[in-house]
Amino acid sequence: MSSDKLEKSDVRRAWFYVAPALLWTMAFFIVPFAFMAAMSFASLVRRKIVYTWDLANYLEFFDKPYLLKGLFVSLEITLAVTLISVVLAYPLAWIIAERVPKRLQRAVLILAILPFWTSYVVRSYSWLLLLSSNGVINNALMGAGIISEPLQLASTTSATIIGFVHFFVMLLTLTIYSNLVQLSPNYKRAATDLGANTFQTFWHVILPLTLPGIMVGAFLTFVLCIGDYITPQILGGNNELVLPQIIMLQLGRRADLPAAASMSIILMLVVTAVYLLCLRWLKMERT
Amino acid sequence: MIAHRMTALLSWTYLLILFGFILLPVAVLVLFSFQDGTLPIPPFNGFTFRWYAEVFADDKLMAALRNSLTVAICSSLIACLLGFFAAYGLSRYRLPGSALQRILLMAPMTVSYLIIALGLLVVFNWIGIRLSLWTVGVGHVIINLPLCFAIIYASMGDHQKNTERAARDLGANGFQVMFLITAPMLLPSILAAFFLSLTFSWDEFIISFLLSRFDVTLPVEIWSLLRSGLNPKTNAIGSLVFLLSVALLIMLEMFVFRRRSKP
Repeated sequence: MSSDKLEKSDVRRAWFYVAPALLWTMAFFIVPFAFMAAMSFASLVRRKIVYTWDLANYLEFFDKPYLLKGLFVSLEITLAVTLISVVLAYPLAWIIAERVPKRLQRAVLILAILPFWTSYVVRSYSWLLLLSSNGVINNALMGAGIISEPLQLASTTSATIIGFVHFFVMLLTLTIYSNLVQLSPNYKRAATDLGANTFQTFWHVILPLTLPGIMVGAFLTFVLCIGDYITPQILGGNNELVLPQIIMLQLGRRADLPAAASMSIILMLVVTAVYLLCLRWLKMERT
Repeated sequence: MIAHRMTALLSWTYLLILFGFILLPVAVLVLFSFQDGTLPIPPFNGFTFRWYAEVFADDKLMAALRNSLTVAICSSLIACLLGFFAAYGLSRYRLPGSALQRILLMAPMTVSYLIIALGLLVVFNWIGIRLSLWTVGVGHVIINLPLCFAIIYASMGDHQKNTERAARDLGANGFQVMFLITAPMLLPSILAAFFLSLTFSWDEFIISFLLSRFDVTLPVEIWSLLRSGLNPKTNAIGSLVFLLSVALLIMLEMFVFRRRSKP
């Protein structure tokens, strides 16, 4: 067998299988990434890209308050979304796993993530139907006589957060549910036998056991949320731009590829930093 | 007993509220796609299929729909094929640096789509390749290849090795083993990888947006529809996409997961 003894013809054949995927990844991911990194050290001089090999773009980013603010708005929104989504999704996943009869669980779960299957762009748009000044919510509130003037709900940071939370509650419910049902029922039985009530069992046994799974889900939420352009663009209005919006602005209006590239690198570094933080935290949790 | 009832009541209330939050936007989207009026907001004036008719009469939307399907199917096929080959090579042969190769193949999964799109944009600009559906497809293969590779690689266990060895002993050559023995045995995970990348490509926006010019995919076309504000036609195309995705989901459930659950 080839894995026991490596023959020359086997190596050649193995390369033949692996090479196409490797070449594709090199050509259309590694090389473009290197190009983009190089581009981030270039500058736009009279609408022409000049490779100056300096840190001008990065320095400008930390120098201009409206650019730096984008990063902070991004972090703020992403942290809020991650926190709210976990807090909302955990009880839902728990109820589906513990309270809903076993044979109905799959159906209930599918229903809970049904809007996942609408197009991402359309999902944000459908929140616009609810939140706009003449939309469903304002209509209902005015109809009930609670308010007399429509509230400004759309084109706000809150609208962005609501749109995001809607998406990530579904994602997290799915991941946390799969974590909960994988737990052996023996843990719960043991805790009950030792005299813990439902709350104590949950707080001291179930929650710590599912924490690594929550962290994975939360990290996924963080990464997808901080890199997203669509939801803030449709729901957020023009007051508080997030970093991806600012990146797209550089591309659109000014065609400033170097600036866009440098900001993308910054965005990537932030995600990497958070990843390393999470990794450390998870490792400490385990020991 | 009373406390137990209370928590049960609380649980069901919470479930209902969250389901309301999750399902309300889609319900409103679908309901107002039938709106007999020009605005998809209350009051609901009555049922009409007018907006669906407009969607089907819209050449640009229909072209975008065809483009999306073409790009999704072609890029998923390529990603699956490349992923399958790589998974086969890396699991059946011991190559020098195979750990590094696995990391390299998975790398595109760790960066955001925006960065992948920007990188490709820079390179295509530099070489002077015109943006088209082809460039979008190249980008979609990059985001789906790690996924296809990971899924197929994970299911290539040792238990298929014996069957492959038997086939080889009976005189099958390498390709025959791969296509007649390995691929059919792995069909469920290959199909899962294919359908999953199909849905990712179908719904992908930022790469399609940055790497296309005249021919666009459906999410990009819907994006430009949004500029006209609230419009029942957008509801109609949104509902149609929803219907198509759910149909795909049912197909996945029927052909892939059911088959897998049987031993």
